[in-house]
Amino acid sequence: MADIKISDLRIGYANTTVIEGLDLEVMDGEFLVLLGPSGCGKSTLLHGIAGLQDVAAGTIAIGGVDMTHADPTDRNIGMVFQSYALYPTMSVERNMSFSLRVKGFSRQEIARRVERAAQMLQLTELLQRKPAQLSGGQRQRVAIGRALVRDAGVFLFDEPLSNLDAQLRTELRRELKLLHKRLGTTMVYVTHDQVEAMTLASRIVVMRAGHIEQIGTPGDVYARPNNLFVASFLGAPAMNMLGGTLVAAHDGAIALKLQGGKVGLSGYAFLDAPQAAREVVLGLRPESLHLDPAGPFEGTVVLVEPMGNHSVLSIDWAGQHLSCLLPGGEAPALESVLRFAIDTTQISLFDRYTERRL
Amino acid sequence: MSGRIPVARWGIYFFLLGAALFFLLPAYVMLVTSLKSMDEIRLGRIFALPGLLTAEPWISAWSGACTGLNCEGIRGGFWNSVAIAIPSTVLPILLGALNGYALSFWRPRGSQTLFAVLMAGAFIPAQVMMYPLIQILAALGIFGSLVGIVLVHTIFSMPVMTLLFRNYYVSIPTELFHAARIDGGGFYRIFFELVLPMSVPIVTVAAIMQITGVWNDYILGLVFAGREHLPMTVQLNNIINTTTGTRLYNVNMAATILTSLVPLAVYFASGRWFVRGITAGALKG
Repeated sequence: MADIKISDLRIGYANTTVIEGLDLEVMDGEFLVLLGPSGCGKSTLLHGIAGLQDVAAGTIAIGGVDMTHADPTDRNIGMVFQSYALYPTMSVERNMSFSLRVKGFSRQEIARRVERAAQMLQLTELLQRKPAQLSGGQRQRVAIGRALVRDAGVFLFDEPLSNLDAQLRTELRRELKLLHKRLGTTMVYVTHDQVEAMTLASRIVVMRAGHIEQIGTPGDVYARPNNLFVASFLGAPAMNMLGGTLVAAHDGAIALKLQGGKVGLSGYAFLDAPQAAREVVLGLRPESLHLDPAGPFEGTVVLVEPMGNHSVLSIDWAGQHLSCLLPGGEAPALESVLRFAIDTTQISLFDRYTERRL
Repeated sequence: MSGRIPVARWGIYFFLLGAALFFLLPAYVMLVTSLKSMDEIRLGRIFALPGLLTAEPWISAWSGACTGLNCEGIRGGFWNSVAIAIPSTVLPILLGALNGYALSFWRPRGSQTLFAVLMAGAFIPAQVMMYPLIQILAALGIFGSLVGIVLVHTIFSMPVMTLLFRNYYVSIPTELFHAARIDGGGFYRIFFELVLPMSVPIVTVAAIMQITGVWNDYILGLVFAGREHLPMTVQLNNIINTTTGTRLYNVNMAATILTSLVPLAVYFASGRWFVRGITAGALKG
C-alpha cells in the first residue's frame, strides 16, 4: 500500500508541453479517477507515474520514496492497459508469473501467488490457455491478474474497459469496485467515461489541457462544479446552460433574470457576495427541474426520449432549450404545455467571462 | 452463381500457362542437356529428350570437374557455401532483430539519425565499399577467411535486416513493451523472452532472404572468402570458364543446376513466405 505525491510536475515531448506545474496527492487506499477529454494529459500523467514517460521537472513520490526517475519496475506499481497488452506467446499462467520469474521468486511462491490471483479473478480454468483463446473480458481479467500477483502498492489503470462492449464494461466495472473494496490498494484510474468515473471513484480529478480543473468526490464534482468545463463534461444528459443577468430585487435580494422569467436566488450559496448586473450562466441539472402545476415557469414539450425507468424531456422555454429528467415510466404528451419550478439549492452559477463558479 | 468458369477466366489461365511454359523452357533445356552424352549434344537438337539417359555429367560435376587446376568437382564449393550461409543467416537475423527492437521500443537518443544513416547505407553500392573493406579486414588479419566473409555478409545485410525487423516491431503495440517494463524485464530479457518468440513470421522471411542472398552471392565470395572457402557460385564460374579442349555442356548444366538447387528448394518449401520476403525487401529490390 502506498500514497502518491506529485509536485510541480512538468512533462513534455520534443516541442510541446503536455503537463505543466501539476500538483496532486493520492491518498493511501483511495480510488482516484483521472477524467477528461482525449488529449487532456491524463494518460501522460499516468505514464509519468508509472515511469514510462520521462519527467521534465518536478517530483513524484510513491509510498514516501522519491521515484521521479526510478525504473518502472522499482516503483511498486502494477498497471493495466487498454489493449490488455498480454504477452501473446505465453499462457495465462506464464503471463501472470512473468514478473515473479524475472524477480527470481521460488517456484512454490510463484504458484501460490498465481493461484490466489486466478481464484480471485475466476481464471483458474483458463491458466493454460493462450491470450488469443480468451474473450475480451477474460483478457482484461488476466491483465488485472498480472498486476495483482506483484502485490504492488499502487495499481494504475489506463482506460482498461474502453475496448469492451457495454454489457461487459458494466460487469467488469462492478468487479473492479469489489476488488478495490477487498484489497484496499491505492488505485489510479484513467478514463474519459464519466459513468466509470462517477461509479468507481472515491475522488475524481477532472483534467483539461494538462491542468487539473477540479478534484473532489463524485457527488461534489457533480453537484458543485468549479467551472463551466467541469459542469458540461459531467452528467448525461448534459447540464442545461442558460445565459442571464443578476439583478437586485426591491428588497435588495439578488435574483437571476433569464429569458423566460426571474429566478430568486435566496437558496443559492454564493462563493463571493454577488453583484447586480453581472452576466452569468445558469447551470441547471436536468433532474433539478421539477414539473409542478403550481410552478412559476411554463414551457412546451418538443421531444420525449423514454429510457424505461425514466424519460428525458426536451422543453422549449421562451426560445431556450431545456432537458428535464423525469423519473417513472409515464411522460407527458408532445406539444403539451407544462409548468415547472427550479430548485435553486441545486443550481450552479458561473461568471460568463471567467467561466468560474460564483 | 452457376459455378462454371467464365470464358474470360479461361483466357487468363491460357495466357498464364503459356507464359509459365515459355519461362520454364531454359530450365527444361538445362535439365535435358545435363542428362545427355556429349555425342548427343553435338547433334545440336537442344529441345530433344535424351536418347540415352546418363548420370555421368552429374557425377562429374559433383566430384570430378575441374575448377582451375584441381579436378574435384563442385562438391567442395557446396560445403563452403553451406559453411558461409549458415552463420551469415543466423548472425544478421539476430543482430537485425536486436537493432529493430532497440529502434522501435527503446528509442535511445539519436536512434532516428542512426536509422537514417543505416538506410542511406542500403543505397551505396557494395563495390564502392569493397576496397576500404579489404584494407580493414587485412589490417584485422581476417581477409580471405571464413570469419571475414561472414563479417562482410553481416555488414552488408544490416540495413535491410534492421529495416525488416523495425517495420515488423512498429506494428506491435507499445503497451506490450510497457507492460514488460513494469513487470521488470530488462533489455535482453524482453528481447529473448517476449519479442523474439513473437517474431517467428518475420524471422522466416528474413531467413529466406538471407539464405538465398548469401547463396547467390558471387562478388563478395570471390573477393573476401579466400582460396580455401570459395563459395559454390565462384567454383561454378571456374568450372564453366575452364576449358581444356571441348566445352562440356552437359557437365556445365549439371553443375549449374546443382548450384541453384538450394535457393530453388527454399523457393518451393517456403511459398507464400517468399513472396512476403521479396515485398518486404522491396527497398533493395
